[in-house]
Amino acid sequence: MFDFYFELPLLLRLLLQGTAVSLVLLPRAPPCSMAERKISAWIQGRPGPNRTKPPIAGFLAPLGLVASIPVLGTALQKLGIYQLAADGGKFTFKEDPIPGHVNKFYFVLAPIASMIPALTTVAFVPFGAYFDAAGKLVPVALTNLDVGLLAVFALGSLGVYSLILAGWASNSKYPFLGGVRASAQLISYELSMTLSVLPVFLWVNAPGGQGTLSLFDVVQTQSQPGFWGGTWYAMTMPVSAFIFLVALFAETNRQPFDMPESEADLVGGFHTEYGAFKWSLFFVAEYAHMIVGSGIFCLLFLGGWNPLPWVSFADLAHWLHFADKPLLMGLIAIGLFLAKVGFFIFFFMWVRWTLPRFRYDQVMKLGWQKLLPLSIANLIAYALVIAWIETR
Amino acid sequence: MAVVTVERKPLTFWERTYLPNIAAGLATTFKRMVKPTETLEYPEQRPEIPAGYRGVPTLVYDPNGREKCVSCQLCEFVCPPKAIRITPGEIPNEDPNAHVEKRPQEFKIDMLRCIYCGMCQEVCPEEAIWLQQQYSMTGYTREEMVNDKKRLYELGGTLPDEHFKWDKKKAAEQAAAHGGHH
Repeated sequence: MFDFYFELPLLLRLLLQGTAVSLVLLPRAPPCSMAERKISAWIQGRPGPNRTKPPIAGFLAPLGLVASIPVLGTALQKLGIYQLAADGGKFTFKEDPIPGHVNKFYFVLAPIASMIPALTTVAFVPFGAYFDAAGKLVPVALTNLDVGLLAVFALGSLGVYSLILAGWASNSKYPFLGGVRASAQLISYELSMTLSVLPVFLWVNAPGGQGTLSLFDVVQTQSQPGFWGGTWYAMTMPVSAFIFLVALFAETNRQPFDMPESEADLVGGFHTEYGAFKWSLFFVAEYAHMIVGSGIFCLLFLGGWNPLPWVSFADLAHWLHFADKPLLMGLIAIGLFLAKVGFFIFFFMWVRWTLPRFRYDQVMKLGWQKLLPLSIANLIAYALVIAWIETR
Repeated sequence: MAVVTVERKPLTFWERTYLPNIAAGLATTFKRMVKPTETLEYPEQRPEIPAGYRGVPTLVYDPNGREKCVSCQLCEFVCPPKAIRITPGEIPNEDPNAHVEKRPQEFKIDMLRCIYCGMCQEVCPEEAIWLQQQYSMTGYTREEMVNDKKRLYELGGTLPDEHFKWDKKKAAEQAAAHGGHH
């Protein structure tokens, strides 16, 4: 089966892989939105959406049959699963008005532009690893670029252009303010974010070795034998991890940094004038950013697909005797990785209902006067420590 | 009054980072999340209605099955939004309750006008109209929202009576008629 797959033309193989990843990533947005609604409900002491039930007749009949299974159907209903179908149907079929005062071309372009970086960045994220025929650990990823993280940053920051474009093309006050805020916020936090990961790569790129920015190699350096080899970077570089996490909240426009949206003061921010399917594209892009961002955080600081600190995935595979089954091994690695990512998606939502939104001047002050100096100090401190360790 | 100046304690380094408070907040929201919900799932679960609740006004029977209303129309006059309309009627002589003389021929409460103030209940000399526990009144038309006499008695049912005023009056009249002192 594998031979057949690897004998396919390269382009076709890449197309299949890309489609597979997109098919996993894209439908993640509706469950994420339902998780968001459910978690917000539970934190606020209410049950959340639990009423929607598809009819057995009509075109929803297959779903209706699932819903009529005694225990499972009710459990799914309580979890609001059928609400997803209703939401999806609503977003797809409801009228999609374009206001008369907007620049139509850019107005339509913005949601499309928001999807492109959101779905492209995932190409550079390794999700797991397996032993190939030669017994070498190889990543499960669309591309294992040497400039992996740089590519993610480069493409990820393109996401803000769609926000600015949406704000500008809407040609009204609040979307415009939202777009301006988005651009200022991105510039402020991109700096700290990039500076915060530099210590990790200072440590990964030991002198004499081949330089790399690959995310797979970062995970490999967290799964070495020995005490210091097996620690995750969140433990050795907690300040870096913290700054990266805060900046990640700001980059993905999540509370408490959701200035571009900020419904209390900007109606709906950049997407005020959008509705129906175009709005849902922004929504999907936001969740895709969250997923990719959490994935990168897990790869950089939480050991990627390693189950526990000091227990590397390769060791686990040998202990549990699935090292010789590449498919199973890859799936388990992806499962471990997705579990960590899932926790961070939950963490995003958890924080959303814990911290109130910052005022805009506070966001700027925090970004420029607190996080940026902290990340520079952190970089200098780790540079000195790493230099001391390497020259000892 | 002496002014006490409270010394404002300077924040420690950890307090100024806000991190302990953020962690405490996360703990609070997490605890809240795993607790059972505070809400009632309404149509299946109903709230417990406390005694003395002012719900939909109803007419009641006394334990002997007599309509307590004597159509004195005090409630109609006192009703601030003029929701009550009463058509008084005589009780025929062959009726066992003939001694009460009157009862409503028709009794209508327009629930689109009613403000649930309870003044009808307060003013009623016969304790015949009660705001009971029903809190939800719905209908598809304006006509449906007018409770007529039949519906009012269906909603009201029978309530205990402490006085049996008319029975006592009848007994006293009969005693007087039989030569007792009055």
